[in-house]
Amino acid sequence: MAVAVPPFETFYETHRDEVLRFLGRRLGRERAEDAFQDTFLRALRAYDRLEHGDHLRAWVLTIASRIVIDTGRRQRPQGEMPELVTEDGRPAFEELAPLTDGLPPKERAAVVLRYGYDLDYEEIGDALGSTESAARQAASAGVRRIRSHAGARPQSFDPRFGSAKDGGLAPDNKKEKHQ
Amino acid sequence: MTTTFPSELDERFRAAAAAEGLLDVAFDVLDTDIGPLLVGVSDHGLCRIHFDPEPERDIEELARVYGSRVLRASKPVDRVRIELDEYLAGKRRVFDLDLDVRFVPEYHRRVLAELARVGYGETTTYGTLAAKTGNPRAARAIGTVMNRNPIPIVLPCHRVVGANGSLTGYGGGLDRKEHLLRLEGAIL
Repeated sequence: MAVAVPPFETFYETHRDEVLRFLGRRLGRERAEDAFQDTFLRALRAYDRLEHGDHLRAWVLTIASRIVIDTGRRQRPQGEMPELVTEDGRPAFEELAPLTDGLPPKERAAVVLRYGYDLDYEEIGDALGSTESAARQAASAGVRRIRSHAGARPQSFDPRFGSAKDGGLAPDNKKEKHQ
Repeated sequence: MTTTFPSELDERFRAAAAAEGLLDVAFDVLDTDIGPLLVGVSDHGLCRIHFDPEPERDIEELARVYGSRVLRASKPVDRVRIELDEYLAGKRRVFDLDLDVRFVPEYHRRVLAELARVGYGETTTYGTLAAKTGNPRAARAIGTVMNRNPIPIVLPCHRVVGANGSLTGYGGGLDRKEHLLRLEGAIL
C-alpha cells in the first residue's frame, strides 16, 4: 500500500544528511553546498505533485544526481572535470540519464542507483522499499529494456552493462525471481 | 543523525525555500513568556498558533489542511513573532496581521469574526457570542468553536468567559487564560 506523502519538513530532515554526503562525494564540499540547496529546492517545487510517499529516498537521490550532472555541465567549459565521470568503466551519470529516462520508475531508479551511485542491491532494495532480489531484478529488467530500445547501437552498452563483475546483468540471467 | 548537519547550510536552504514562495506553510516555534508557541504562516497570513507544541503532530496536521510543503523557516514568521512579543510585554493592544481562515468552516468563521470584535481588556460570554451569531441557545456550539480556534491569542478566545464570570476553559490551559486576561487588565 502506498505511503502518504509526509510533510516536507519530515522528508527534508530524514534525507538531508545522506543527500549532503552523496553530493560531497561527487562534487567536493564546496560545490556540494550549492548543489544541496538546488536539490531540495527542486524537490520542493515538485513536492505537491507527488501522489504517494514511496521511494522518496530514491527520488531525492535521483534529483541530486541530476544536479550533479548539471553542475558537471556548467563546470566543463572551465576545463574542470567533475569527479563523477566514469570510475572503473562504469557509465557516468551523464551517459546514464538519457538512457534511463524512458524506463518505468522502479527500473529507472534501480539502474540509476546501481550504475550511477554504485549502491549495492541491498541498499537499492532499502531505497525502493523492497528487497535485494527485487532490486536486482528491476535493474536487470531496466538494462534489458535499454538494450532492446537501443538495438541500433548495442556496442555502446555491452561493455558496460554486460561485464561479469556487474553481476547478474546479462539478459539471460534469471536466477532471481521477482516477488 | 541531525546534530552534525551544518546549521548555516540548513538555514540557507530554509530561507531560500521561503523566499521563493514555495511553501504551503512556514512555521517556527517561538519562545515566549507563556511557553513555546508553534506559529504557522501561509501566503495568505497567520494560520495557526499552537500552545504546547508537539512539532511532529502539529506539522502533520498543517500538511493535511494546507498542503504538504510545510517547512520550518523563521523569516515568514518574523512579523508574528514581533507582534506577539510586544503583546505579551504589554506594549501592543491590537494585532495588525493578515489571518488565513480559508479552511475554517463557515459557521466557525462567522463566530471568530464576531470574536475578533471583542477588544483588548474586555470580556464577553459564550451566550453573548451565540446571540450575536444568530442562535442564542448555541452557547455550547460556541464553546466548540473556541476550542478549535486555530489562532488563539490573536483571535482572542481567552476573552470569552462563563455567564457567571468564571473562566470556564481554555485550549492552552486555564493558567494561560488567566495570565492573558490579567495582562490585559480584564481581571485583577
